[in-house]
Amino acid sequence: MDITRRDLIGIGTKLLILGSVGATLEQITGAAPPSEAYQMADHWWGMIIDIDKCIGCGNCVRACSRENNVPQGYYRTWVERYEVEEGKQPRVESPNGAMDGFPPSTRTDVKSFFVPKLCNHCADSPCVQVCPVGATFVSPDGVVLVDESYCLGCRYCVQACPYGCRYLHPAKDTVDKCTLCYHRITQGLTTACCENCPTGARQLVDFKNPHDPVHAFLRDNKVEVLKPYMATQAKVYYKDLDGSVR
Amino acid sequence: MRRLLHDAGHLVRPALVLLAGIGLFLVLRGAVIPKNFGQYGHYRPGALADIRKRPISFVGQDTCVMCHDDQAKVRASGKHAHVACEACHGALAAHANDPSAVTPKLPETGSLCRRCHEKDTAKPKWFPQVVTEEHSGGTACNACHLPHNPHL
Amino acid sequence: MIPGVDGFMYPNEVELQWSLLIVLYPYITGLVAGAFILASLERVFKVEAVRPTYRLALLTALAFLLVAPLPLQLHLGHPERSLEMYLTPHTSSAMAMFGFVYLWYLTVVLLLEIWLEYRADIVRMAQTTTGLTRLVYKVLTLGSQNISTAARIIDDKVGYTVTVIGIPSAFLLHGYVGFIFGSIKANPWWSSPLMPIVFLFSAMSSGIAAVLLLYMLSMQVKKRPIDMPCLDTVARYLFYCFVIDFTLEMLDLIHRTYEADESFRSLDFMVHTRLFFSQVILQICLGTLVPLALLAATQLFKFGELARRAMYITAGSLIMIGIFAMRWNVVIGGQLFSKSFLGYTTYKVAFATREGLVPAIALMLLPFAIFLLLVKLLPPWPEREVADAAGEGRA
Repeated sequence: MDITRRDLIGIGTKLLILGSVGATLEQITGAAPPSEAYQMADHWWGMIIDIDKCIGCGNCVRACSRENNVPQGYYRTWVERYEVEEGKQPRVESPNGAMDGFPPSTRTDVKSFFVPKLCNHCADSPCVQVCPVGATFVSPDGVVLVDESYCLGCRYCVQACPYGCRYLHPAKDTVDKCTLCYHRITQGLTTACCENCPTGARQLVDFKNPHDPVHAFLRDNKVEVLKPYMATQAKVYYKDLDGSVR
Repeated sequence: MRRLLHDAGHLVRPALVLLAGIGLFLVLRGAVIPKNFGQYGHYRPGALADIRKRPISFVGQDTCVMCHDDQAKVRASGKHAHVACEACHGALAAHANDPSAVTPKLPETGSLCRRCHEKDTAKPKWFPQVVTEEHSGGTACNACHLPHNPHL
Repeated sequence: MIPGVDGFMYPNEVELQWSLLIVLYPYITGLVAGAFILASLERVFKVEAVRPTYRLALLTALAFLLVAPLPLQLHLGHPERSLEMYLTPHTSSAMAMFGFVYLWYLTVVLLLEIWLEYRADIVRMAQTTTGLTRLVYKVLTLGSQNISTAARIIDDKVGYTVTVIGIPSAFLLHGYVGFIFGSIKANPWWSSPLMPIVFLFSAMSSGIAAVLLLYMLSMQVKKRPIDMPCLDTVARYLFYCFVIDFTLEMLDLIHRTYEADESFRSLDFMVHTRLFFSQVILQICLGTLVPLALLAATQLFKFGELARRAMYITAGSLIMIGIFAMRWNVVIGGQLFSKSFLGYTTYKVAFATREGLVPAIALMLLPFAIFLLLVKLLPPWPEREVADAAGEGRA
């Protein structure tokens, strides 16, 4: 039987139409999420950190590592110790991210303090902006997350983050970072780091909750975000952050 | 016009190849793209559910207190009132789920207490801290201090 | 103390994320853009003298363009997911949009232009060869045997239009790579509006140098005389491109040093220590000043043919090495310093791992292998008799 070019075009077009319609139907009838107690639209998560309360014990780092199976040598959160001497660049250290705390310092000639750091869950996140496929995103409730089944591992987001909070998971080969313990906060718990901070230096906050202490915190204290000139709309606010903090 | 079509006819071929390629791509895309992609933003909405399903290791002090309210009462009246149970006792969600099957080990006070209370000039001045060598010379902290209500 | 780290780095910054393969990738796409611009010099800007390099430049561009995605694939944590960039491209991501620029350039510009240029030869070879080769050529004809003069005149006109579209496309192809770096506000070594332009002009310099060297090598291998007016013209355009590139790099350096913002001290220290060999020795001295002097000399003074050829080979090779060093300094340099401006790390090139030296060398050699294949399939220089007959086909 002679198949003419016209026949081929006819068959091809039919296949094309069938394929597209079929795929569209699948998308439309995909199941909607079931109704539940936690409504994303009711929350806008962030964190407040009080520098004067941080004792550099490293409990947050250990707790996060345990809760989230963070691989050795990588950090979803870490604590830095600053030693600021007049007229000099600050001396900063973070031994193993402060996983085992810090070797005690006896220096009295410098201004020293601890700074806990984590992903700032920026509302205008540069890491989300550069992801080529949509594997990292800001959730409707304000948490910057990584879809590990979609991430290519290109590490563009790692380069774009001004705060150094992202890393490539060595076993999964996808990018990993602080999730603000999304699996906990959506169930009414607080983050692992905030739960285990003995002094309450770190506190999870919900900007959409009118009774949340964050509103009084921001109004009554001198607060700052890290690298404000980056204009990332970071949502981790520090109280009494020294100007020498990088 | 006919002449032009005849001389330029071959140009239709690469155009057809390109269109076929685009067509193939569109069909492939329709078939392979994740369900509901773009529902909340440029990402797969199923990712939210995937992340929420992750296991919990720290159950939170509100749950500990449900069974251990005697220790909670001791703690509430002292300086450790705001220190979570698991901050010292470690992750205990497994124990909370099945208390008899998982019995937590009591923490080692020597290393545990020092992590917070060893003197460090970087720690805030209001925080109680000692040079343990001078303070207790090797004696266990809980020889004198009750961990749940440590102030003497 | 972390080995290889001086000072303080954020804990996750110690390990470099973008390796040697990511140095290779802008280098390869740069060669593509540069080779194509050289080809367009003849086609669009009517610089007749460089005609002998026209087809060669197109094949060089194609050989490198086909290899360009490979370093990226080897670098990805999940290369099997790379199709996602086409399925769900994030329009705010330069990397995602680049995928489409690449496809556009490959299909609508380069492949189409090569097909139009070679069509007459392809049809002829489909008629004169046998066996598997005949099948390959038959497929390449896309079913049309029409190589009448009228058809060829139309091919020429369309090819001209494709090249005209191709020039901004080539600029976009490599400018985008520069933008991928230049738009990262978190990294002061990269963040600059000059970045795409610097990348582009250094790409053009390396691409023209590549074609220049390949032309001389091809003529040597084929035992043919080098068309000196052609070579001199190519070298002249290489000189112009390179002067602009040098000016732009100097502008960036002077601007940085003058403004001396918060990153300057840290970057300056990095250039004087960890980046000294690759930046100062390799890129600036050997890769820029020496070839610039050589090329300038050929433009200002009269040299004999042999002397000029030696100078072109030296300058061309040094430029290619220097531009590679420039890519290294941008990509690796941008990750050697901490974003806290308080520390530095070290990059140790792995050897036989996925992103190591061995795959890098293999990927640099692969385009030449493909080039040889292409030259065999689509000879840039048809045989004498056919050349004379084909001569009148070109408008």
